[in-house]
Amino acid sequence: MSAKKNWQDLELGVILPPATSVGYKTGGWRVFRPVWDPSQCIHCMICVNYCPDMAIPIEKSEEGAVGKGGRLYKGTVRKETNFDYCKGCGICATECPSKCLTMIREEEAEQASCKL
Amino acid sequence: MGVMKAITGAEAAAEAMRQINPDVVVAYPITPQTPIVEQFAKFVADGVVDTEMVPVESEHSAMSATVGAEAAGARAMSATSSQGLALMWEIVAATPGLRLPVVMSLVNRTLSAPLNIHCDHSDVMGITTLGWIQIFSENAQEVYENLLLAVRVAEDPRIQLPAMVNQDGFITSHAVEPVEIFEDDAVRSYVGVRSMERALLDLRHIETIGAMVLPDYLLEAKRAQEEAMSHVFEVYAEAGRELTAITGHAYPFFETYKTEDADAVIVVLNSAAGTAKVAVDAMRARGKKVGVLKPILFRPFPYAAVRDVLKNVPVVGVLDRSMDFGAYAPVYSEIRNVLYDMDKRPATQSYIYGLGGRDIMSTEVESVFDELLSGTVDPEHQRYVGLRG
Repeated sequence: MSAKKNWQDLELGVILPPATSVGYKTGGWRVFRPVWDPSQCIHCMICVNYCPDMAIPIEKSEEGAVGKGGRLYKGTVRKETNFDYCKGCGICATECPSKCLTMIREEEAEQASCKL
Repeated sequence: MGVMKAITGAEAAAEAMRQINPDVVVAYPITPQTPIVEQFAKFVADGVVDTEMVPVESEHSAMSATVGAEAAGARAMSATSSQGLALMWEIVAATPGLRLPVVMSLVNRTLSAPLNIHCDHSDVMGITTLGWIQIFSENAQEVYENLLLAVRVAEDPRIQLPAMVNQDGFITSHAVEPVEIFEDDAVRSYVGVRSMERALLDLRHIETIGAMVLPDYLLEAKRAQEEAMSHVFEVYAEAGRELTAITGHAYPFFETYKTEDADAVIVVLNSAAGTAKVAVDAMRARGKKVGVLKPILFRPFPYAAVRDVLKNVPVVGVLDRSMDFGAYAPVYSEIRNVLYDMDKRPATQSYIYGLGGRDIMSTEVESVFDELLSGTVDPEHQRYVGLRG
């Protein structure tokens, strides 16, 4: 985030330009982390639509992504969760029809990455 | 030159609103404010104003819609009293922080309980910390002119804060007095049209108003709000000078009446200041040198200027029309603050009077003056005017 403004430089009534929440990263609030297993994903977009923080990026992919059953999923595919904004609420894991998301405690995820 | 009309304080407020011609008026009827919006509704129905008048189901909605209209870029006004102000408190508190220059009439009435529809200042004194500009009016003429002034001060680019114009319930709001109403064209060109610089409906400048601010910015936002409040004195004086060109009346932060050589001064707000001035004349006829100081601009409070008037007065009595239970009464508290930074301070005495519309007689004010002059004051204990027992 950019340097914080002094009181003299604030907009009247703290009026803001649109989309300022982009600069406000909330990932540090997370207790649980969704671990995504791409090999079980069917790219159905249910997690994307349910995510209250729009923290699951998607892209249009001509070459496609390999998912559940080794199948190639073409068109719109999901990518890894954006952990700058994911608050770890677990809604994606609850809604996922193919159970490709698992919630683990954040410190377990950190320990696992240390071992690697 | 204006036209003299025999009207009430409420009608005087409605006359001011007719000339201000706000884009939007949202209000809910409550005694004793009702005749303001009643009269203004007639102006709307008769087509003499261009105002969109919105009937709503409560004061909470009234202030919400007023704030919404003001944020959209409209000049929006409202009016209320007592319980109505209490119900709109949440939005009244938000308005200054949003920096929206809403102008509202407050017809002062006792806050329940016990339930009472008559005048005291317990409604306004509960909200003086919220950041509205507070202006008090002794009579219907002042109500009318203070509303015109309030629009100019509130909407000034240096200010952008809401303003409340107070008048005493029934005593001022329902009593018919001669009021000079100045020419429509002169007043309309004085109040002008609200600038659209900060209009939410201006789609060329998309903005978020009322966004959440966390601990890292709230302090800065409030400091900026205080800065605006500190500019009110200069803007009020400027806008007052321009209004003088139309009305011939002066617009001081407070009125002094025979204070120059006074041995005792009473400080009192609104209509009772008129009673106190009558008492001053009676006392002076008896050879007693006394005077009155009537605060008009109560927020921001002109501490230094009031100190200048009171510095050589031996004893100051403050009449409060509301109480702050377990603490110094609101106006008395301000006057004690005024006097702190002096080497030799006047003696002071706090009096509570007029609660729930209890009349105060000029003879009672004379008794207060006699008590002050006798030197039997006790700043630690407030006294009560006209209390039985």
